[in-house]
This record gives sequence, C-alpha cells and structure tokens, in this order.
Amino acid sequence: MKHFATTRNAVPMPAEAIPLISIESFRREVLSTIGDGRRLLLLAGISQDGGGTRLLAALADDSNGEIGLCSTVVGTSYPALTPDCPAAHYFEREIYEQWRLRPEGHPWLKPVRFPPGGAPIGEIDFFKVSGSEIHEVAVGPVHAGVIEPGHFRFNCHGERVIHLEISLGYQHRGIERSLRGGPHKRSMYVAETIAGDTTAGHATAYCQVLEALSATECSPRSHALRAVALELERIANHIGDLGALAGDVGFLPSGAYCARLRGDALNMTAELCGSRLGRGWLRPGGVACDAGNEMLGQMKRNIVQTEHDMRNAVDLLWESSSVRARFENVGVLTKGMAADLGVVGPAARASGIDRDSRRDLPAGLYVDRRPAIAVGDEGDVFARALQRWREIENSVAFLTQVLDDAGSGDVISPLGPLAPNTIALAVVEGWRGEIVHLAITDASGRFLQYKIVDPSFRNWYALAIAMRDQAISDFPLCNKSFNLSYSGHDL
Amino acid sequence: MSGFVSPVCALIFAPLLVGIINRTKAVVAGRRGPPLVQPYWDVAKYLQRGVVYGEVTSWLFRLGPVVNLASLAAALLIVPFGGLGAPLNFSGDLIVLAGLLALGRFATVLAALDTGSSFEGMGASREVHFAALAEPTLFLALATLARVTGSFSLTPIYQGFTATVWVHALPAVVLVAMTLLILELVENNRIPVDDPTTHLELTMIHEVMVLDHSGPELAFIHYAAALRLWILGSLLVGLVVPFRSGSFWLEGTAMLLGMAVLAVAIGAIESTMARYQLIRVPQFILGAATLSAVAFIIILV
Repeated sequence: MKHFATTRNAVPMPAEAIPLISIESFRREVLSTIGDGRRLLLLAGISQDGGGTRLLAALADDSNGEIGLCSTVVGTSYPALTPDCPAAHYFEREIYEQWRLRPEGHPWLKPVRFPPGGAPIGEIDFFKVSGSEIHEVAVGPVHAGVIEPGHFRFNCHGERVIHLEISLGYQHRGIERSLRGGPHKRSMYVAETIAGDTTAGHATAYCQVLEALSATECSPRSHALRAVALELERIANHIGDLGALAGDVGFLPSGAYCARLRGDALNMTAELCGSRLGRGWLRPGGVACDAGNEMLGQMKRNIVQTEHDMRNAVDLLWESSSVRARFENVGVLTKGMAADLGVVGPAARASGIDRDSRRDLPAGLYVDRRPAIAVGDEGDVFARALQRWREIENSVAFLTQVLDDAGSGDVISPLGPLAPNTIALAVVEGWRGEIVHLAITDASGRFLQYKIVDPSFRNWYALAIAMRDQAISDFPLCNKSFNLSYSGHDL
Repeated sequence: MSGFVSPVCALIFAPLLVGIINRTKAVVAGRRGPPLVQPYWDVAKYLQRGVVYGEVTSWLFRLGPVVNLASLAAALLIVPFGGLGAPLNFSGDLIVLAGLLALGRFATVLAALDTGSSFEGMGASREVHFAALAEPTLFLALATLARVTGSFSLTPIYQGFTATVWVHALPAVVLVAMTLLILELVENNRIPVDDPTTHLELTMIHEVMVLDHSGPELAFIHYAAALRLWILGSLLVGLVVPFRSGSFWLEGTAMLLGMAVLAVAIGAIESTMARYQLIRVPQFILGAATLSAVAFIIILV
C-alpha cells in the first residue's frame, strides 16, 4: 500500500501523516489497491477549508492487519469511484449529501438520508419499471409491527420482485454532528445509542477511539469484560433473530423459545452491569463496574446452560422440513456480489467471505484471544440463519474461556487529554458486522470530525440485491435474515 | 324443531373454535394464552366501536363484510351437524353451499379491491387463486360422499353415514376426510397456507384483505371467519364421527366434542409446521384434490 499511510486498528496517527494527492492519483491508487485481500473500509469527506473538500479513503488490508489512509482535495465534483468499485456506492451518495460534492458518473446519485436543508423527507426519485402486469408496492415508512421507520418500494411482476429500492433516513438524528467539538459529557451516551441493539459494539468503538487519541492503556481485565459485553450482545441478538425468523414462517415452537432465550442472554448482561442492553457498562478507559471472579464463574455456568436450551430450540428449526423448505434457496447473496458490495458481518460470512475484524483487525482482548470464525457458503436465508447459530456456538465457547480467566487490573484507567491534530480509527466486529469509528482532533484536542459507519450502512443494499427475482412474500423473511438497523444507518 | 340445532350450535359455538385453536398454540409454545372466550370479547368489542372508511372506498367496501356474513349465515341453514339435519334440505343443496361460500369470498375480495391498496390487491389475487383450486376440490369431495350415499343433498348424505355404510366405504371416507381437513386449513387461512397471526402485510393472504375494515364490520368479518371454520369443520367431523344413534343429545354431544378435538388438532398442526412458500400452496391444494379423486374412483369401481 504505497501512497497510503498505514496504521492499525485503534492506533493513532498524526493527521498530517495522511498523504494528500491529486484526485486522479487518488482514484487510481484506491481502485488499484482494492482487491487481493484489501477492501474499502470507509470513504468520507472530512473537512472543508476554503477551496474544496478533503476526501479520505481508508482501506483495510485483512491479511496484514493494516489500515491504509489516503486523501485528496476536490472542488465541486470529481470522477466517481462507484462505477469501478460498487462498495463505494453508498459512501459517495453520503458525500454528495453531506458535502454537496457531485461524484460524476455515479449510477444512482441521490441522498441516503434527509438532513435539514436538503430534500424534503421521503421525496426522492425511485427506479421506474414499466410494462404490462408491472405493479409497484410501497411499504412503510410506518409499518404494521413495532419496528423502525423505513420505506421499501418494490417493482413487481405479479408476485416476483424485479427490483427493491430501500429509502431510509427517517431516523436521522445528527449524531456525527453532535459529536463534533467533543468529547462532551453526553458523547458516551450518544455513542451507546447509535444503534440501540448494538450498544456494546458502538460503545467499544467509541472508547477505543478515545483511548487511542489519549494514549490510554486499559487493563487486561477491562478488555476481557468488554469482550464479554460484545459476545453477550452477539448471542442475544442472534438467538432473538433466529426466533424471529421462525416466527416469520409461522413456526411457533422455536419462535417462542428463542424469544425467551434472548431474554436470558440480556439478563446476564443486566446482572453484570445493571442494564439488559449493556448501557452504562463500557466507559473510556475501561468499564464502569467490575464483576467478581465468583460472579463470572456463575455466569459461565449460566451461559453453558443457556446454550443447551438454545440448541434444543434451534435444532427444531434445522430438523423441520417445512422450515428448511422456506429458508433454503431464498434470498441468495452470491459471494461475488457480497465482495463487490463490501458486505460485512454474518451476512458476508454466510456468503463465503472469510472476514471477521476480531481476527483480521484485532484490538483489545482479541489481539491475544479470539473465538473461532465460522464461514458458510450458500448465501441464502438458511446460510444466514445457520451462520447466526454457529457464531453463537463459537461465542459461547470463547466466553467460557474468558470467564475462566478474565485477567486482572483496575477496570478503569484515567483518561488523559486527547492528542491534537491526530486521527484514530477503531474497527469493532459487532454482532451485525464491522463497526468503524473515525475521529480527527483539532489543534485543541477536540473532535474536528467524527465519522461512524454502522454495518447496516454497508449491508442494506445487499438486501435489495438478494431480493431480486424473489417472491415478494419472502421479503420479510429475507429482511429478518439480515436484520439491519435503521437508526445505525440513519445516524 | 331439531333441525335448528345445527345452526344454533354454530352461531353459539363457532368463535369458541378460534379460542381453542389459539389456546392450543399458546400452550404448545409454553405460554398461558388468551381466555377461551376471547374471540367473543373481540367481536363484542368491535361491535361497540366506530367505523373509519378510506376516502377512496365506495359502497362496495361497506357491502363486503355484510354480504360475507349473510352468505355464511345462510349456508348454516343447509349444513347438517353430523346426523342432526339442517333446517333446509333439497336436492343439489351441496352446490348451493359451495356457491354461498364463494359469494362470501367474492364480496370480501371486491371490498379489498375497492380500497385501491396494493397490499389488498395482492391479498385478493392470492385468495382468488387458491379459492379457484379449492372449490373444485370441495366438489370432488362432496361428489364422492353423494355417490356413497346415493343422495344429492347434504342432510341425507350425512344422515346416511351409519356405521355400516361408514365401514363399507372406509377407504373413501379416510381420503375424503383428509381432503376436508386440508380444505379446512386452506379455506380458513390457517398454517401451513396462511398465518392468521402475522403482522407482515407482504406475506398475508386473507388478513391483508381486511386490513381497512374497522368497527362492527370488523366484528362481522371475525364472526364470519369463525362460521366458515365451523361449516367446513362440521363437514369433516360429521364424516369422521359415524355416530347415528338417533338420540338428539348423544349425537349433539359427540359432534361438539369432535369439533373441539378438531380445533385442538388445527392448533397442533399450526404449532408444528412452518408456512409453505406461497408458490407451494397450489400443490398442497391439488394434493387434496387428488385424494378426493382417488376416493371417487374407489367408489366408482
């Protein structure tokens, strides 16, 4: 990765170390470096001073555990990367929306959210399909269930979906903007609620960014407790989603039991920190409260028992032919497509992409210890469901080791002032996939820019692709197999 | 007088079937579940509510639930309750039964299309698709029974199923009973064909067609759905319980117990199976038609 300044996950770097090259060489370098184990981690506008906007690209080199950074300055438009790198598709739309920069040649340029001052909410162009017997079905933004708002526009031929367009942005809360000038007292709470079901994931990323910028060393014990938080969150969400998948095909036994077992996993989190969702547990410098070794031993016995119950509930799913008939060969996301779109997390692994930032870009406890990484192959709803279960198994096995030996040390270290003019990037494998937080500080050590990439941001388009040529009645099932976050996307 | 036992039983006990199904599902899932009489409370609750009409709907929309309930209530007059005859019987009343069931559905479909909603349009299209397959299947099943008993009217057909006839025609009876069970699931939008409890508009069949209805009209729809469940259920239970003692109380009790067992069975089926993919449903119905066709051939030879 020449022309790139390389760093590692949660390792700070002076902001001026990032190379600034012309847009032509930026485009050429980024496109030629992607592939061969290297991929786009983030593409964002980072500042606007005088003449133009600075674009920053972060590339991950999974085989070496490195992150390469490179930047350029552009005026009002620049040649888009998307035609040669589909993974940049959403990032460039976001840049267009946030910085009024036009990526020339972008195939489908429109905002991804509806920030103040932009297009009126919900008023946006959609793909048009015409012909006899073609009809459009519009779902949302208000849904029948208790879920977040989002608009889905299906172009259908009878029951067959020709294309699905997903229009989000209804949950836009201005999170990145509110973090600018920080860290404030409330920044930690904002970070915990970026996506409500990924509290531990986003809190870990935020804490790692702050610790990197302030050169704070956390104790091994706090690293271990953070990993416990992250893995419990993974288990709770995966088992909950398996139950929801069963519910969507009307298979009641697994649906009912998995919902209860999700509660068991959440209660374990509550026992350790007082909140079922892990709110208030992780803090910059470590974790807010310790749990005694005796409690961790009890937790280990509980988790083994819960896994046994989960196995019983989930085995019903795999053994029921009527369930398999619904899951198999539905909503296939091919490996090639997943790689092109830059899909992350269980959805990518279920399509055969062997990528997990706990192993590839480790930080915290994962530098020394990590769970086994499961990889599927088929990329259909069944593969994604099975992937969830295999990740539960691996997480439980990993947790039993960590809970046996959670290390020692003070659980929280005092946080020093943030280094000025520094950039830090944190990559965390949340339950839904790779979470990326990036912060750049100004001369006084405040956040000049805080950029968040939730895994949902990279995976929503994959859902649209997986729905092509599927029956429209299978959409809820497909959707649930990804279970992406609206608020994480909308920020 | 005894002729009115069957419609009165239906009017009183039909919602209880829904209650038993829901309770069974709850118990299997490890929950306590709603009270058995919850469907009655639901109907009573909706009756007291106001109605909201969409701006684009016309009189067709308002007529739908009324015609649906009226046609099913009329069907009660010709459906026997096992050996207990119906108030009305005439040659060819089994065709009238199929016609009334179809009329109720037709009215519901028109009301759904009248809303102009794409969901309701999809639901209507699915419902009609499956009904077009289910109706000839019902005819095949009833034709087999007519052939066995040599009558073309429902009451004599069911009264004719004495123990001797039943044993004599056992293979055909078993096949027709299986057909009727499948039709009970299809016609009433139960799992594995449809999921009456889902909130996902895109997967619904029947439920999505009635999304826009409210107030007393929704009460009519719920009550009519219970009656439909009862009508097809009593055709099945009347066939499976060959109890023709002539005693009014014994026969009535046996039939009511049979209906309760059927409701538990439906609840058990719903608890142990996932829904079929929509494109598999026609195969399921055609399977039922095949069973009846085989039964018919057995009776012919």
